[in-house]
Amino acid sequence: MKSLFSAKNKEVIVGPLSLNNPITVQVLGICSALAVTAKLEPAIVMGMSVTIIVAISNVIISLLRNTIPTRIRIIVQLVVVATLVTVVSQFLKAFAYDVSVQLSVYVGLIITNCILMGRLEAFAMSNRPWESFLDGLGNGFGYALILVIVAFFRELLGSGSLLGFHVIPASVYESGYVNNGLMVMPPMALIILAIIIWAHRTKVKQLQDN
Amino acid sequence: MNTNSNVYTIVYASVMVIIVAFVLAFFSGSLKERQDLNVKLDKKKQILYSLNLDLQDKDPAALYQQYITQELIVNVNGDVVERKGGFDLDIKTELAKKDESSRLLPVYECNIDGETKYIFPLYGAGLWGPIWGYIALNHDKNTVYGVYFSHAGETPGLGAEITSHVFQSQFSNKKIKNTTNDLVSIAIVKPGKTAEGQDYVDGISGGTITSHGVELMLKNTLVNYTNFLNK
Repeated sequence: MKSLFSAKNKEVIVGPLSLNNPITVQVLGICSALAVTAKLEPAIVMGMSVTIIVAISNVIISLLRNTIPTRIRIIVQLVVVATLVTVVSQFLKAFAYDVSVQLSVYVGLIITNCILMGRLEAFAMSNRPWESFLDGLGNGFGYALILVIVAFFRELLGSGSLLGFHVIPASVYESGYVNNGLMVMPPMALIILAIIIWAHRTKVKQLQDN
Repeated sequence: MNTNSNVYTIVYASVMVIIVAFVLAFFSGSLKERQDLNVKLDKKKQILYSLNLDLQDKDPAALYQQYITQELIVNVNGDVVERKGGFDLDIKTELAKKDESSRLLPVYECNIDGETKYIFPLYGAGLWGPIWGYIALNHDKNTVYGVYFSHAGETPGLGAEITSHVFQSQFSNKKIKNTTNDLVSIAIVKPGKTAEGQDYVDGISGGTITSHGVELMLKNTLVNYTNFLNK
């Protein structure tokens, strides 16, 4: 049991949260990060969906890694991911219909999310299932973390609410404050993301180029 | 075993595809019922939105039961074909029928504080994809009580503003018929402009094509109901 949470495994799951973050450091999965972060709720659901899919597909590919024919390995990875994405999308339609409408095509587009293919090819193909599972969780959380931060600022400044609840009091609006409509548009997601990357690199010395 | 031989690769791919097909069919089949329920519930919500109801924290199915008294089916001659089953009709497929006389059109009759209202479904095209909605008319079948619009993929902040309260609330108390009682629908004009011979509302700046799409949707859908509206 001890080896399950060895220092190396801990690094596998914690690394993607900061030092090796899929969005801010590897700069993968940007398109969905821009598209679903106008509100907090879809961002959380998207983050969870990606975490579940990348963790499970990592395990499946890791279990199969010695049987997969090298020439069709990318196809096998894609089929596994596509199957899981379809199942998750069906579940959302059945149990969280409103959110699935908001996420619309972006659930399906998880298939093309570079984080998934990146982790499968770089990690799951050459590591054991448990490590792969942790790696999937770590990268999923790293992705979800950035999505939630971006969505927090976009919903707060763009709609004056968080998770649909109005948090900016009416008196502030009466004194002339207006919601920033630009925050709801994709360009502001890109700018917020850039600011996060900037802050992240300023703080973490290892990430700085000489 | 040689995992790189042609035979192995082909067998591997075939087996994988068959397993995946079973998995997907299983999930699709077992979740279908719940998904259909959700789609129906969503439709009920949209219909209720056109009655200017606040659905926050309320059960839409119960409200629907409370307010909607009949789901009529009418034909283009304005005759009521059936007094139930209108909910199961899809306005999109009905409008797509080339033969206009064969179109069966749903009308939702509802009762709000003792007054009868009629709700008509709408379907049309925006800039990037389909737009749809519901329009509720008062008992005179002329004055608008409320509207609801939605869209598949209009530009956020521009065309997508047709879903905003600011835009939709303009329609209340507008008339869809002119002084000689002909159906003229409601025009959507550039803010500041006016329209001759019919009621009008302000369009959305930067969403001209979507606004125009809403105008056409109202006109082209309501025209099918002309005879019903004149009865």
